[in-house]
This record gives sequence, structure tokens and C-alpha cells, in this order.
Amino acid sequence: MATMATPLPPLRCATLLLLAVLVGVLASTARADLVISKAERRVDLTSHIVRVLASLKVENVGPDPVSQVLLAFPNIQAKNLAAIRAFSSEGNAKSQSTVLPIEVVQPSGAPPELTFFSALLPKPLEKGKSLNLDVLTVFTHSLQPFPEEITQADAQLVVYQDSAHYLSPYPVKSQALTIRLPGGRVESYTRQPNAKLVNSELKYGPFTDLPPFSYSPVIVHFENNNPFAVAKELVREIEISHWGNVQITEHYNIVHGGARLKGEFSRIDYQSRPYVRGVSSFRHLIASLPPRAHSIYYRDEIGNISTSHLWGDSKKTQLEIEPRFPLFGGWQTTFTIGYGLPLQDFVFTSDGKRFLNITFGAPMEEILIEKLTVKVVLPEGSKDIEVSVPFPVKQSQEVKYSHLDIAGRPVVVLEKPGVIPEHNLYFQVYYRFNNISLLREPMMLITGFFLLFVACIVYMRTDMSISKNSPSYLAKLQWDEVQATVQKIEGMFEQYLGVHDKLEASLRDLSRTGDIQTCKAARKAADAQFKELSKELKPLLTSLQSSPQSYQIWPKVEDLISKEREMQEKLMTRHSTVVDSFEKKLRGQDVENRIAQQQQKIAALRQEIESLLEYISEI
Amino acid sequence: MAEPQQPTAVRGSGEGGGGQFRNAVGGVLCAFALLLIGVLAFSIRLFSVIKYESVIHEFDPYFNYRVTQVSLISAERSSAASIFCQRMESFSQKKRKKNGVYEFWNWFDDRTWYPLGRAIGGTVYPGLTLTAGTLWWLLNSLNIPLSVETVCVFTAPIFSANASWATYLLTKEAKGPGAGLMAATILAMVPSYISRSVAGSYDNEAVAIFALIFTFYLYVKTLNTGSLFYATLNALSYFYMVCSWGGYTFIINLIPMHVLLCIVTGRYSSRLYIAYAPLVVLGTLLAALVPVVGFNSVLTSEHFASFLVFIILHVVALVYYIKGLLTPRLFKVAMTFVIKVGLAFCYAVAVILVSLVASSPTKGWSGRSLSLLDPTYASKYIPLIASVSEHQPPTWPSYFMGINVLAFLVPSGIIACFFPLSDASSFLVLYLVTSVYFSGVMVRLMLVLAPAACILSGIALSEAFKVLIRSMKFQRPSSDDDSSTEGDEVSSVPANSMKNQSKTSVKSETVTKEKPSKKNRKMDQDPEGSSPVGPTREQKLLVLPCGPSFVGIMSLIVLCGFYVVHCVWAAAEVYSEPQIVHTYRSPYGLHVFDDFREAYAWLRHNTEVDDKVASWWDYGYQTTAMANRTVIVDNNTWNDTHIATVGTAMSSPEKEAWEIYNSLDVKYVLVVFGGLVGHRSDDINKFLSMVRIGGGVFPNIKEEDYLRDGIYRVDAHGTPKMLNCLIFVETDGTGFDRARGYEIGKKHFKLTHFEEVFTTHNWMVRIYKLKPQKNRVRGKLKLKSRSKTSSTLKSGGKTNPWQ
Repeated sequence: MATMATPLPPLRCATLLLLAVLVGVLASTARADLVISKAERRVDLTSHIVRVLASLKVENVGPDPVSQVLLAFPNIQAKNLAAIRAFSSEGNAKSQSTVLPIEVVQPSGAPPELTFFSALLPKPLEKGKSLNLDVLTVFTHSLQPFPEEITQADAQLVVYQDSAHYLSPYPVKSQALTIRLPGGRVESYTRQPNAKLVNSELKYGPFTDLPPFSYSPVIVHFENNNPFAVAKELVREIEISHWGNVQITEHYNIVHGGARLKGEFSRIDYQSRPYVRGVSSFRHLIASLPPRAHSIYYRDEIGNISTSHLWGDSKKTQLEIEPRFPLFGGWQTTFTIGYGLPLQDFVFTSDGKRFLNITFGAPMEEILIEKLTVKVVLPEGSKDIEVSVPFPVKQSQEVKYSHLDIAGRPVVVLEKPGVIPEHNLYFQVYYRFNNISLLREPMMLITGFFLLFVACIVYMRTDMSISKNSPSYLAKLQWDEVQATVQKIEGMFEQYLGVHDKLEASLRDLSRTGDIQTCKAARKAADAQFKELSKELKPLLTSLQSSPQSYQIWPKVEDLISKEREMQEKLMTRHSTVVDSFEKKLRGQDVENRIAQQQQKIAALRQEIESLLEYISEI
Repeated sequence: MAEPQQPTAVRGSGEGGGGQFRNAVGGVLCAFALLLIGVLAFSIRLFSVIKYESVIHEFDPYFNYRVTQVSLISAERSSAASIFCQRMESFSQKKRKKNGVYEFWNWFDDRTWYPLGRAIGGTVYPGLTLTAGTLWWLLNSLNIPLSVETVCVFTAPIFSANASWATYLLTKEAKGPGAGLMAATILAMVPSYISRSVAGSYDNEAVAIFALIFTFYLYVKTLNTGSLFYATLNALSYFYMVCSWGGYTFIINLIPMHVLLCIVTGRYSSRLYIAYAPLVVLGTLLAALVPVVGFNSVLTSEHFASFLVFIILHVVALVYYIKGLLTPRLFKVAMTFVIKVGLAFCYAVAVILVSLVASSPTKGWSGRSLSLLDPTYASKYIPLIASVSEHQPPTWPSYFMGINVLAFLVPSGIIACFFPLSDASSFLVLYLVTSVYFSGVMVRLMLVLAPAACILSGIALSEAFKVLIRSMKFQRPSSDDDSSTEGDEVSSVPANSMKNQSKTSVKSETVTKEKPSKKNRKMDQDPEGSSPVGPTREQKLLVLPCGPSFVGIMSLIVLCGFYVVHCVWAAAEVYSEPQIVHTYRSPYGLHVFDDFREAYAWLRHNTEVDDKVASWWDYGYQTTAMANRTVIVDNNTWNDTHIATVGTAMSSPEKEAWEIYNSLDVKYVLVVFGGLVGHRSDDINKFLSMVRIGGGVFPNIKEEDYLRDGIYRVDAHGTPKMLNCLIFVETDGTGFDRARGYEIGKKHFKLTHFEEVFTTHNWMVRIYKLKPQKNRVRGKLKLKSRSKTSSTLKSGGKTNPWQ
């Protein structure tokens, strides 16, 4: 108890004293027609989120039926109140309990130091009847680290303060308070005659017949090394794609909200005895994602974070993530997790409207979110957007542009401060969406590429030059002409070669059959063809020669012609030689000898002509 | 990929009239092959993304990324991810109210080189940043939401595809489309280029190589066409190159060299004039627009050659003009007169120039250029440049690693360039020869060699395939020629001729000699060495026997196969590691050491925005980019003294180090220690550089103090000075150094002036905080006792004097 005086900040002491004074004053203003016959409170201090479950038995002793029950909290507690819920069940039958709507009220004459909530009963409580009322309240920031700075080796000690008596505007006949501690060391607690500490459970009470607004401050100073994971900010983006995916991206900014680390951080100590040196730190967080979550990633602004584990079954997918470094008190980090969910699990239709049905809060276990922003990105072209959330949130709308959007996607923005796991409730976003709109972007792409190709075709086929008589344009025209001519000439030469081939073939036939007449006929035909070809070639050559653009090609073409002539000549002589020798019935060997030279010559010429043709065609 | 293309390029003219159809099919096939080459170049660089992640690599890319990000941040502010950029934003809002190039020029970065700062706009090559920024802006204006990081990561692969297309164009100008495709394919996967352009390697070189090749292409194109249009494009492309990389001086020296070569060999033409004169005038004007170059483009000696050649070119042009005007006799008289006067004038100018240049201490050359001309310069005078590993001369294995089989193909490519020698092919040869020299000086410049090697190997392979396949084509039916006389008429002719070639008469020889002799020599240089059938020059018919040519083709394909295997291996195994994440395989699976980012993330989130972090300069860029904290020195090593100060602090005992750091307003000291996991390139390894650089400026740091028997060691035999210096004290901790494999010489000490605030999981990065001032008083009280202990220490004791 010696240390007890110091943990209390002086200001808070003063408020408590003031409160105690007020209690007497207020007693008169309380409504006397309700009496709480039995009040049991269980306070759960195992995590950094404080949950208080008060089971009340309310009796109407007044003459009139009562339709609401008032719940009072001191302002210091009320400002940390994250959630309050009340369930009622008739008589002593625990069977069916109904959730009661709760609203903040300010009864006349109530002191400003108290905040009142009123639970509206489903049906007024008749005279003499009683009702079981369970009130769950969740507080954040109610565990004050003390001392506020610890070293790496120290355990984290926190202080919790509450009233041993149930603060109520009604008289309480009998009551008890149970505080569940996380185990471990208990530094001190407010000693009272009927207080006892058993197995990390601290009990106060029973107290009987206390007047309204009884208040008896108690303080517990104990060790709590559970992760004080606080997300200073969380932005959750839920993007619906009607191609079959709901993409969720969560940007966390997490801080260890417990006692700050002072002095140095020694890795050698931390690694050799992690549960002693660094007991107050936490190194991982567990997120329970919906089943069939896929494409899960975990990264921060400088890249992927490789320390995470994932396992899942048909009920849930569990993701264990380790931040880049263990978080000691006051240290913070940021990261992003993202995952995809199947569309059919979360988007449904009703009365022609579609609605998204998904949980509001973060999937992390035991995390306190100081500011949560949920953005629901609906597909482009959604209309008639309505939102239904089971608790008050700040709503707004914005537009997001992504993936080739033109009009942009409507975004529903929901903001709520102080979000705890109890807020992980389903909320709905209703909207209308036409499936045709899905095809908008593919069609746009198709049209875009089509137009691109059309533009290419048009560009290739049209004459875009501005001046029709500029030298470069004329030169280009001439060049085209030259090319056309050259191509024709090439064709001619192909024909020449064809004729040559025919002559060769006739020679071979001759050697096989000995039919001189056919051979001669072939010769005649070839002669005629050569004549014709050279007639055709002449105009082409003159036009080519006259063109100024042909200076590169002309010598080659000239070369080609002379070579061809030569070859033609040789071929003819050979042909006549062979035919002659056949007529003279010379031996095959002699024929071979006579034509051998020519043969070689012809082959060489032919090779040259072919390479020349190739060269020209490459120009 | 280009191999199937080859036959169609070679074959064809024999097939009758469908020339147009053939051209169309060839064009489509070529375009398709180019598309595939682009895909290949892009996808072979994605190993790093697949094996690791889409992340910026190494050191310099982080700086470029940061510059890009800051210059785009105002536009990105609206995006949802910006909550992470809040700090960056608040900082950038101060600095840069709106996006724009002018803002970029005026950006003064106070996050680095504290307290000096750095004027980013005037000291950075903006090409890369502007490229990626434009790319990002374009995508975002189409509502394609890619982050700046993604765009930066993929900039390098995209530009490698561009570079291989540019290679195709350049080679096509010199040797036709077949060689172009071959060269483009080879370049798409050359390891030396991959090393600088894997996905995530967001560095200047990534776009600069494309700019380099494209500038060369436009130069050659202008040279071939004499079109002023291409000349203008060439100047613009040169401007882009100047924007991108300091290596632009290579262009502005190589092109004048080539012009000079053309003039000397009597190949002057008006096309040469059009290719060069506009480039110098426009290019220099444009280059002067880039702040980092500015007036250097006319003042420094690196650009001097271009102006000299510019003058020479004009003189030559004048001479050719006058030659056209005058009769030959008159011209001769005029020449003698002009030469006499001109020589006198030239001497006068040369004397003035030389005296001007000689008056500057470095002869007008920057240190880096000078170390290129004189490889021993850096190690003599600038330890800072010498300390960078990529500035060392390469070893033979690094050539084999970098260009692999190309090293063997290049000589034949050079020979192929001489048959026939054109302006374009002489340029390629010159490019290769100069880049071989520069790569021999600095391993980093292997990058410039790689395109040249690819182009010449492409030419060599293409020519070899051309010859071999041509002979296959004419040869194939020869085996069944005798048996079936009714065989293909066309092909039987050369077959016959082959049999009878020995009987060739003198007369016919003279006729046939002219043209095929060239091709015949091409066959000689064919790397497979499949020699012609006979020893004499008479086999002009560029056909080889079927067997050898088939073997030749097969072995060429096998050679290409080896090359491909090597490239893919290099891309996948050697160059894909991002350097900020290290992995190592053990029997228990893959271990990832992500310590650097762990430390940077810690600094980013758990220190004040304006805290200063001191580390060795290697980690400066990463610290500013990833941790967003102010650093003292970084990888832009522009101030020797500042780096020397940090080096001195690192190599001083704790108290002196504390004083140095405190005077620099440093709050955290980041050291890298690889001893626990065996990471070799840590601060202990770099320590000698620290000592050398520190000692270069501050004479009280002497290298000998840290060496025992000429060897540098940190075990029990280390010198006392070594074992007391800050870097050693701060990195140590485990007692055993796995990176170097011995026991640490001194263990169990307590720091008095610094405290450990963070150490990463594998101990690779340790962050110390300077203890506040009051400790100094305690230190002073201990001063007397310390002087005693330090004297005992010198006599051999191992007690820590600082305790």
C-alpha cells in the first residue's frame, strides 16, 4: 500500500474526491421506483481492452410501469467507453435474451460528472415485476502503465481503477465485484475488509443495501504483459469486382500502447532469453481472415515482409504476421495486408438490389483501432447506394479512379474512432449495378486497339505529303517507280533462267533418248522466247536508265544483263555442240570433254546471276 | 529465335515472281521475331521479381527511386496509399509545392550530406527520373493505378526491350536485317547488360544503354541516307543520352573518332558532313541545357575532340569544295599556299590551347575520365574512386561471365565487317575496339562493351549461317545427283560444276574471280573453320561440302545453346538478388535475411523525423530512401572531406568518435556487421577504405596503425588501435566472426558514449545512439585513469581502456 499513493495522478484523485462528495447530493435526485436487487460485476483485465459485464436484477417497486433503465458512468470512464450493450431476459428464465437499444440521456438534475445511458426495455416493466439485465461495457485506455517507462528486462505493470460499488442511480440491495487479472505478479490492490485475492481473481464484496450513487474507489496495480496492440489508424479498403472478387486492403499503423521502453535494446539479451528480456514486447499478431481468402500479401512501404505464416481450413483462414521488428513500448510500425475473397460469399442480391455483407472491424485479435476508415469501392456505374451499419459511424462518399475508369467508382467512406473487436459486426452496402457495365472496359480496349490498327492502315495507305512537287516527294515517287521496274526486270530474269532450265532439260532428254528433233524444237522455242523477252526488257531498261534514282541499281542491272547475255551465249554454244556431237554420233566421253569447260562456266555464271538477283532484290 | 529467320532472309530470290509476297511475309515474320525478342528481353529480367519480390535493388537505384517519388509525390497525394507517405509528404510539401520540371531543377535536398545538403537538380542526370516519371504519369492519366515503385522496378526491363530493338536497327543499317535480328536476340540476353537492368535495378545505365545504341543507330542512319531529318533526331537522341548518363562522353568522343577515320581513309562525303555537323552544334547546345552538364559541354576536355574534328571536317569540306571549283593544277598551287599559312595558324592555335589546358591542374579532365585514360591514376590520387569495386579493372572470368561465347565470335564479326567495309561497319569496328579498351580499365564499362560485342557476334553468326545455309541449299541434291539424272535441274548445275572445277581454264578464272572471292574469304573466317574443299583460290562458288556445312550449322546452334543456357543461368542465379534481401539455403529450407529493411523500417518509425544518421557512405542512399532520415554521407561521393570525416570517426576510439559525431549533430550511428551470418561485405571489410580515405584528408589516421605485419585482422593479433576503434567496437558482440572465420580479438566491453538502440534479427545492422552530453562529464573524470590503462594496454594488456 505504500506505493499506492503514488500511482494515482493527483488530478484524478481530485475528481474522485469530488465524486464522492457528489454522491450524497445526488441521492435525492435518483428515481426511487426501480431497485437493483442483485448486481454482479465481472471485470476482465486480461488484455488491454477492459470488458465489464454487469448482471443486474432490476425490480420495479414503484407504482408506474417503467420503460427504461438508466446506467451511469463517471465521465473519466465514459470517455474511454468503446462499446456498451445491454441484454434483457424476463424473470429468471435465461432462455431468451433480447438486445436493448441504448441511447445517451441527460436526466434533469443529473450531475455533469456522470454520463447516463438509458436502456429501453422491449415492454414496460410492471409494478413488482423483475427483469434480468446484462450490461456489457468495453473500455479502452483504462489500463495505465505504471511506471510509464521500463527497461527491456522489466515486466509491464499497469494500474486499473474502478469503484468497488456499482455506480447506479438506483439503490442496490446486494452486489459483488470480481476482477480477473491476467496472472503473474500483483503489485498492490486497495485493501478492503471484504476484498480477497484468489488465483489471480480479485473479489470485492458482497456489499448489501447501498444507496444510489455509492462510490468506493479501488485500484489494482498488476503485471500485464499481453500485447498492447493499438492501431493508431487503419484504412480498410473493400473493392468489389463483379468479375468475381472482393479485394480487401488494410493499411495499419500499429503502436505498442504500453509502457515505453527506456534505455537500450540489446538483441543478445532478447535472443538468449526472449521471455525474460523483452517480456513486455510482442512480436506477432494474428489475423483471422474469412474462409477461402486468397492472394494474401503482407508488405510495407519498402517491400514485402517475409515473416508471416498462413494456415486455414473451411471455417477460417488464419494469418500470423510478424512485424519487421519486435514492438516494445512506444515503438510503432506500419504495414499493409491484402487479400481477395470470393464474390459469392459476400455479395448477394435482394429485390433487384445487390448488397455487400461483410464485417466492419479489423481481422486482428485483440487490437484497438483508434481511428478506423472503411472504404467500400463499388464497381463503376453503381447507383442508389445505401448503407446500414449496426452502430453510428460518420459517412461520406468519394470517387476513385482506377483500371481505365472514365466516370470513376463510387466509394462509401465510413469512419469510426475507437474500434474494438466487439465492433466486428456485419454491415451492408446496398447498390444497383447492371452487368452490362462489366463489359465497358474490355470493349473500350478493343475499340482502342481497333482504332490504332485502322490508323496504322490509313497511315500506310494514304499519301500524307504536304507539297506534291517538293524534290524529296518527287524523288520518292521516282524511287517507287524504279522499284517497280526493278521488280519487273527481276521477273524477266526469272523467266530467262526458266528458259535456260528448259534448254538444259532438253539436253538431258537428248542424252537419254537420243531424240535430236525434240531437242532442236526446244532450241527453237527457247530462241523465240529469248527474243520476246529481250524485246520486253528493252523499254524497262531505258526507263530505268533514265531515272535519276537508279544510280545505285543501274550498274548492277547492267552487270546482270551482260552476264545473262554471256550465259545465254554459252548455253547456246553448248547446246549446239552437244547436238552436233550427237548428230556426228561421237562418244559420250568426247562430248563430256568438249562441253566440260562450258558447263563449268555456265554454272559459275548462273551462280553469279542468282547472287546479283538476290542483291538487287535486297535493295 | 532469329535462326529460323535466317534461311528466309538468305533464300528466296530463287523462288519465282512472288517477290512482293516474300517481302510482306518477311516483314511480318521480322516484326513478329522482334516482338518476341522484346518479350524475351523483358521477361529474362523478371527473375528477381519472381524469386524475390518487386522491389528496388541495391544502392543507387534507391536514390533514383526517391528522386522520382519526391518529384511525383504531389500528384500521388490523392491516392489511398498516401497515408504511408505522410511524413514524406509533409517534408515534400515544404520543399516542393507543385509538380514540375522547374521545381525539380531547384530541389535542394537537405536530407543528405548534412549539414551541407545537396542541390539535386544540378547534380543528377535527370533522364531516368523523367522517363519513369513520364511513364507513371501516362499510366495514371489512363487511370491505370500503378505505384511509382512498380513503374521504377519495371523501367529497366522495358528499356532493355527497347535497346534490343535499337540494336536491330543499328545492325540492320550495317549488315542487313538477318544480322540485325541475330544481334538483337543476343543483346536481349547478354549477361553483362542483364546485370544492370534486371527488374528493380532502377539505374541510369538501364535507359542509357538504349539511348547509346539508338544514338549510334541514328548516326549510322544519317551517314547512310544523308538525311537532315535523321541528323536532327540524332541530336535529340544524344540529348536524351546526356540527360541519362555520364557515359555520353563516350558518344561525343567515339563519333568524332569515326568521322576522323572516314576523313583519313578518304571517305569524306556530304552525308558525313550532315551526320556530324548538326550533331555537334545541336547536341552541344542541348547538352548545355542539362544542369549537371551545363557549360562543361564546352569547357572540359572530354568534349574537346568533338570541336577539333568539327573544325577539321569544315576544312576538309572546304578543300573538297575548292577542288571542285579549280582545275587540278590551280588546286595544287592553292593547296601548297594554304597549307603553309594554315599550318602556321594551326600552330598558333594549338599553342594557345595547350597552354590553356595545361594551366588547369587536371588538364581539364575530370578525375573519372582521367582514371580511364590512365588506369593507375585513381589508385594514386583518388582513393575514393579506387575504393569502389566496380571501378576496378576486370579479370578474365568477368569477361567470360559478362559476354560468354561472344568473346570468341567477336573477332570473326570484325573480319565480316571488312567485307565489304562500309561507313557503318567501320563505325561498328571502331565502337568495339574503343569499348574493349574502356572495359579493360573499369569493370563497370563492360556494359558499354556488351552491345558492341553483341552486334559484332550477331554479324558473325549471321554471316556464318548465311554461308553455311547457302551451301546446304546448293549442295543438298549433289549426293543423289549421279543416281537420278532427272533430279532437280536447278541444283544439278552447281553440282556438276563442283566436280569439274579442277579443269577450270585461266580465262574463266579471271571472270569468276571478282565477286565470289570476297564471299570465299567470308567462309574462311567462319568460326567453325570449315575450310574450302581445295587449297587453291579457284573454288569461288561459296559452297561448302554438305557434311561440313551441316556440322557447322549444328555446332553453331549448339554454341548459341550454350550461350542461352549461360544467360538464363546468370539472370536467374547471379544477378537477380536485390542486395537488400539475402537468402541462403540450409537443410532446413530457405532462410531470408531481411535485416537491412528491418533496420530502416525501425529508423523510419521510431526516430524523430529530423534525426541524423551516420553510416558509411554505402548505406546513405538506402537510409534516405527507406528510412527517410537525414544522412551525413551517401553514395554520391562528391565531397571527400566529409566522407573522410565519417571514416575518421569510424576508425577513432569511442570518445573521439563521439566528439566528431556530436559536432555533426548525429544522433544515430548505423553499422553493418556480417559476422553472425557470414555476410562478407560489411563495415569491417570496408574498414581499410575508411582508414585510407580518412587518412587521405586527416593525417592523424595512419593505415599502418591498423595493420599488423601488413595484414589487416580483427582477431587476437589485431593491433590495439584496430581493436579500439569505434567501428570494431560497435560491430562486435558475438565473439566469433563467421564472415572471416576467426574469433574476435576482444570481447566483453561496455560502451560509454554510445548505446545500442536496435540490432536486427541476424545482427547484420546495428544502430547505436549517441548518449547525451552528461556522459561526457563522466568520461572526463575517467580521463586520468584511462591514460594510465591505455599505456598498460600498449604494453600488451587486453583490458579495455574505455571501461
